[in-house]
Amino acid sequence: MNGSALDFLLPLAIVLPMAGAATTLVVSRRPRVQRFISVGTLAVQLAVEILMLARVVQNGTIVVNVGGWTAPFGITLVADELAAFMLVVSTTVALAVLVYAISQGMADESETPETPVSIFHPTFLILATGVSNAFVAGDLFNLFVSFEILLTASFVLITLGGTKERLRAGAPYIVVSLLSSLIFLSAIALTYAATGTINLADLSVKLPAVDPDIVATLQAMLLVAFGVKAAVFPMYAWLPDSYPSAPAPVTAVFAGLLTKVGIYAIIRVQNLLFPTGSFGTLLMIAALLTMVIGILGAVAQSGIKRMLSFTLVSHIGYMLFGVALGSTAGTAAAIYYVAHHILVQTALFLGVGLIERVAGSTVLARLGGLASASPLLAALFFLPAMNLAGMPPFSGFLGKVGLFEAGVQDGRVLSLILVIGGTLTSLLTLYAIVRVWGRTFWRPAPEVTALEEPDDALQTESGRSLATRRAAQREALRQAKRREAGEKAARLPLGMVGATTAMVAVGLLLTVAAGPIYQVAQDAAEALSDRNQYVQAVFSSGEPLPGLDPGSPAAANGQAGGGR
Amino acid sequence: MTTSVVLAVTVGALFACGIYLMLSRNLIRVLLGFLLAGHAVNLLLLSNSDGAAPIVGEPSNGEPMADPVPQALILTAIVISLAVTTFLLAMAYRNYKVTEEPEIGDDTEDVELEDASPGAGDE
Repeated sequence: MNGSALDFLLPLAIVLPMAGAATTLVVSRRPRVQRFISVGTLAVQLAVEILMLARVVQNGTIVVNVGGWTAPFGITLVADELAAFMLVVSTTVALAVLVYAISQGMADESETPETPVSIFHPTFLILATGVSNAFVAGDLFNLFVSFEILLTASFVLITLGGTKERLRAGAPYIVVSLLSSLIFLSAIALTYAATGTINLADLSVKLPAVDPDIVATLQAMLLVAFGVKAAVFPMYAWLPDSYPSAPAPVTAVFAGLLTKVGIYAIIRVQNLLFPTGSFGTLLMIAALLTMVIGILGAVAQSGIKRMLSFTLVSHIGYMLFGVALGSTAGTAAAIYYVAHHILVQTALFLGVGLIERVAGSTVLARLGGLASASPLLAALFFLPAMNLAGMPPFSGFLGKVGLFEAGVQDGRVLSLILVIGGTLTSLLTLYAIVRVWGRTFWRPAPEVTALEEPDDALQTESGRSLATRRAAQREALRQAKRREAGEKAARLPLGMVGATTAMVAVGLLLTVAAGPIYQVAQDAAEALSDRNQYVQAVFSSGEPLPGLDPGSPAAANGQAGGGR
Repeated sequence: MTTSVVLAVTVGALFACGIYLMLSRNLIRVLLGFLLAGHAVNLLLLSNSDGAAPIVGEPSNGEPMADPVPQALILTAIVISLAVTTFLLAMAYRNYKVTEEPEIGDDTEDVELEDASPGAGDE
């Protein structure tokens, strides 16, 4: 694992989008150049990450010590199979959403001149930087920094344009995120006090020697911090409140990536630092409640965006379930499910953006008859919707089967209850999503709204002939509306439809290529369960620094716990 | 290392005040709360580092040298909270410009959704 020729790829995955962000800021007055740079950056990043994944699958973990300081002292970037896999999936999503946003922005530019589109590209690339950095961070503090990078970018994106509604909806998200960051940073401070290190590999060696009560405290704090970001049950309320008000592409990328970074951190920390799983039961209960309460919220919603936000919360429960099982099979299923959910949820939110464009609303009561206006859109929403609900043979079904198998294998009563809860949730998801799809696309367009209707009092006075005339009038209006929707659908920007189609297609690819992809997830889970592999890779990644002996300043913290 | 009681009590008090302020709807109060709680965390980090300053040579009286890592972490955390503070200030200002109120308003979308669909879910 020592210094291979391809190791330079790893820092590239972070440096590329960061450099891209800087460049797009410089050329902020030239939107065309800006668009070119941001798409190009993400495309190159994706290529680099695919190469990296191939190499990691073949040769094992890549470790890079930034600045040449060896493992426990410097900043270490680690790309094992899980990280490399997540990088590829996340950048695919980011690229598709970027294309969608650009094509939407280009179409909208004349309508909303005050929206600072020039801010969007640098911020989006910074978000991509934060997400990539989170996946490869080799120590807790670097993980914290990457969370802050992506959070700060997300704050800007969620309040984009600074309208009243976005500020209002963004505020709870921002405050909750800041609080969870403070909890995370406190956990880092306490971890350092207890062990004298924050390097993940080093911690995984040193934590077993620490008092189990202290370890449990640290674990609880980290789980709370990550749980807020992943929107796990008691800490999810900020999500359905803030996500729906952001612009469609922003919601899509948030739904796809941000919560999954939280889940990734939970998977990493649980497997690497706290493998004994003293919180397994608690996590399972949290997973069950997240699934059930989330989906009950989804069923009750009257707007598509909110409904989808609640299904997002609900399905986080599945991933948490896989993690809580603690077995390799459970982790593998969770990893596959994360990839599936990133792709599907993003595709759905992009689809909602298209619906909003065609129909001018995402409130169910005002939607209807879109299937005749745009059959393509109906199909584009239907496929990921069925995928989300876990209809066979889609990837959602495969992921759920993997989870349930792992749950049944586990054999505890609680995990069996969770399997039942999961089945129920997936049925309710089907109900919620079919209800939305049926109302939006299948049922006839809704009656003309109250504003357009003539006075009701008139009707009762003038008798039947007027009533029939009004009915004809209404019918004509409805047809005009449908024609208008059809025209709008025909005028949908090609890039938006193309990006959504691409997301749906990649989501289906997860089904078609389920064998090899599930194999990657399985390998990643096995690598995770064998902690020595990770620790070995990190520690053998460079020569020890010359002149470092136990009496040197760096070891002065020795009294605090495990010396260096 | 001995963490002093004074430090621990200060951290606790800062945290309590900070979180209390963050519960407010007024964005400036939230900002102040975030700053206080941020300082609490920085102090918590600092309480890890105890001893002579590791600047030049060995300390003469043989006392252990301070660990520089927590201080590096604090510096980074301060920079991050500077960025967040700037953002929150801009947001508070923008909110004031748009709504003419220092506080974050009610969720208009909630209200609208309730009005738009009386009976959603029972059709």
